[in-house]
Amino acid sequence: MVDARLRRPDFLTRRSLGLLAGTVMLLAACGPTNNSGSSTTSAASAQSAADVGGMSALESAAKKEGKLNVIALPPDWANYGAIISGFTAKYGIPIDSANPNGSSQDEVNAVAQLAGTSRAPDVLDIGMAVALANTDKFAAYKVSTWNDILDSQKEPTGLWYQDYGGYMSIGYDSSKVPAITSLQDLLGSGFKGRVALNGDPTKANAALNGVMMASLANGGSLDDISKGVDFFHQLKQNGNFVPVQATTATVKNGTTPVVFDWDYLSAAHGTDVPSWKVFVPSSAILGGYYAQAINKKAPHPAAARLWEEYLYSDEGQNLWLKGLARPVRMAAMQKSGKIDSGAAAKLPPVNGTPVFLSADQATKAKDYLASHWAQAIG
Amino acid sequence: MDWLGTIPFFGYVALFLLLPTLIVVIGAFFGPDGLTLSNLAGLNKSFIVSAFFNSLLLSAVSALIGAVGGAILAYAVATGNRNGAFRRLVLSACGVLAQFGGVTLAFAFIAAIGPVGFVYVWLQQHGVDFYAGGIWLYQLKGLMLVYAYFQIPLMVLVFLPALDGIRPQWREATESLGGRTWHYWRYVAGPLLAPAFIGALLLLFANAFSAYATAAALINQGSIIASLQIANDLTSEVGLHQPGIASAEALVMVVLVAVVMVVYTVLQRRTARWLR
Repeated sequence: MVDARLRRPDFLTRRSLGLLAGTVMLLAACGPTNNSGSSTTSAASAQSAADVGGMSALESAAKKEGKLNVIALPPDWANYGAIISGFTAKYGIPIDSANPNGSSQDEVNAVAQLAGTSRAPDVLDIGMAVALANTDKFAAYKVSTWNDILDSQKEPTGLWYQDYGGYMSIGYDSSKVPAITSLQDLLGSGFKGRVALNGDPTKANAALNGVMMASLANGGSLDDISKGVDFFHQLKQNGNFVPVQATTATVKNGTTPVVFDWDYLSAAHGTDVPSWKVFVPSSAILGGYYAQAINKKAPHPAAARLWEEYLYSDEGQNLWLKGLARPVRMAAMQKSGKIDSGAAAKLPPVNGTPVFLSADQATKAKDYLASHWAQAIG
Repeated sequence: MDWLGTIPFFGYVALFLLLPTLIVVIGAFFGPDGLTLSNLAGLNKSFIVSAFFNSLLLSAVSALIGAVGGAILAYAVATGNRNGAFRRLVLSACGVLAQFGGVTLAFAFIAAIGPVGFVYVWLQQHGVDFYAGGIWLYQLKGLMLVYAYFQIPLMVLVFLPALDGIRPQWREATESLGGRTWHYWRYVAGPLLAPAFIGALLLLFANAFSAYATAAALINQGSIIASLQIANDLTSEVGLHQPGIASAEALVMVVLVAVVMVVYTVLQRRTARWLR
């Protein structure tokens, strides 16, 4: 197979070469040295904007490629509709958005199946489980705002970096149940047949994290989900657990007035149920984020990198925020004052330091759930 | 060339019975490294064993409810007017309801007596709360109730021919020989109907044992019965995806149903001998 990079005209025109070479040398002198050391690193192997000669060089290279392929980005999910049109408006690069309702697994499947074609996805927005299982398909790249991303939220060489997400929360209809200030409240008599998860934790990731959050709030740890299983067992004993998967429909018709779910998904129920409130217990702030990655064989490598720069710019991060998703640089932007405070105010309040499940911890939790969940709530 | 006409039948059986069974057997005994018993060994977990136990319990109880309820209804139909409106009404209703399962049935129950169902809400407003101790509709008890909804009509359909086969003359003969109602049921109708009744009971058992859609639509948590456990092993997105275990579980179900069907066939033969 021909290397994708060889079939594309080099983005460095002769005219700008001298200027760019100067910029690169300047950047190389004051920044961390890049691995190639050459002034003409192609976009496909660039590990930062500096590698190709800075942001403006990256921008012109991307414009030359003239296109960007994205996949599995629903326009109404995390505000992607506005992000896609914002990118095209800013850089004049049209975006080909394939299979908007696809899953993370669909995305990596497309990377493999369409490899070498111009239709292959350039960039991916994937769940962590899929990201960790497919790092061999990604190109390492560090966006210029790299240092704002917590170490626990990125792969050190830049193969993937989390983009947006939220915290496990308890959403509830305040017109049907009393206000919730701690998980213990849920065991009370006011919650008979009220409390639901978003799925079966042995099947669905959101539900697994719901049980984990309950564990953290009840003296468990990321390595020990058993306290969460015990908690749901107690809920069940008290007659408070509803073994129904919470959906927009069950929230709307009142079958599940209390739901463990990601705060950004839960907050969206407010449109159907005006009295819907979202509570994140400060003793158990469990984060769940999606991640960005660039296809190693991206047909438009410069546009792919420019897209990441756009997403991780203040502008891109604020666009996610408007979609109720918490952008990964949120804390840094709150410090610098660049955050869209109006959009941030719509998110459920969270006080404390978030924790994240590692791949090993997730596996451990799954194994425990497989053998104990059915008994706990059966 | 007489056998030519049987090709569609055997083709159908091969495609929809033998082939799936073969796939299940292969899936159960072959892992990524060839022949293995690890899938069967993997069944030795308390939650899988309890799923099978629940399945057996659910099938037995719902078959008993269906058989007793259905037999009484069938008896009412059999002793009534052969051409009457009652018989026609009950039979066509049973024909429809015996097939009324799956998502539609689950929805009917959720809409009627679910925690926001109109019957439940109305009763609650009038001081009756049958979910005071928890929402049992989404538990094994709930499934027993819901399953009865298709088990009773099915029992009527399969048991009525046996009841119709009983002649009024036999009762008259009993009475003319000095027998009472008790003697008639104990020595004439009872032995005559028992094989048909037990055969129908086993059919209902297998029917409930293999049901999946109704339970899946009603219960989203915990995979409490075997068919739900199989689905969980096949579709889990959190990495508990174990198609080998699912095949082994399916194999156990096939074996259990096969045992039930063999017993059913033996009893069926006996019934036929009585009525010949």
